[in-house]
Amino acid sequence: MKAHLTRRYMFSASHRLHSDEMSEEENRATYGKCNNPYGHGHNYMLEVTVSGPVDDQTGMVCNLADLDGFVHNQIVERYDHQNLNLLSEFAENVPTTENLCIAIYDIVKRGFHKAHLERVRIEETMMNSFEYAGDL
Amino acid sequence: MVYLTRKAEFSASHYYHNPEFTPEENRRVFGKCNNPNGHGHNYTLEVTVKGAVDPKSGFVVDLKQLKDVMSREVLDALDHRFLNKEVPEFLTKIPTTENLAITIWQRLAPKLDQAQLHRVRLYETPDLFVDFYGEG
Repeated sequence: MKAHLTRRYMFSASHRLHSDEMSEEENRATYGKCNNPYGHGHNYMLEVTVSGPVDDQTGMVCNLADLDGFVHNQIVERYDHQNLNLLSEFAENVPTTENLCIAIYDIVKRGFHKAHLERVRIEETMMNSFEYAGDL
Repeated sequence: MVYLTRKAEFSASHYYHNPEFTPEENRRVFGKCNNPNGHGHNYTLEVTVKGAVDPKSGFVVDLKQLKDVMSREVLDALDHRFLNKEVPEFLTKIPTTENLAITIWQRLAPKLDQAQLHRVRLYETPDLFVDFYGEG
């Protein structure tokens, strides 16, 4: 029987929203105070949702220790207390939370094979959140 | 079609153990959840039903009826219980959050006559929840 399992994780990081393809004025108009030159930070709350049949032997979709280990090593370690703009995945992409969702989805999809990845959801603040479930 | 969600809370203890595993396998797969004297959680349950809005009442479902069914079928059976020892389903199944969500669905679905069960979401902690949408 198939179930969905969601786990929440936290990390803190800084970023600046700025596109080299836009003029200073366009950047300011598009990104507002998120374009301030020295950047700013957030406490990101990440939700990873995986799905699969509930294993008869363990009663689990996947072992939480495996999912936690993967997300801690590959996601939290990579992003926590970092400046997102300096990471390779944001060399050419603006580190919006939309693009962060896609980057994290791709890392989990590529590296975690113990359950099916359904969705990545990130709360940038208590007032906004973003989801990515792959290209449908 | 309108979706309506009702929340409830219950507290229960459990441990994870598969009698077909050796003690070493149980410890390796289930970690500290395998401690035989059990441990507990405050569970938060969200039950989502769906249906057409009744033109006479304006309701998808009579909330009181939904609350009564949840109380009788789920909370009375699970709240302040040791799931492995006191709930019949878990004499043979491991009371993981996945299996709890499935069991709650199976207890509720046949008792709801006004609206159709859409989803059972069960939080074991604020950081972990399972969704079950039925067998289909």
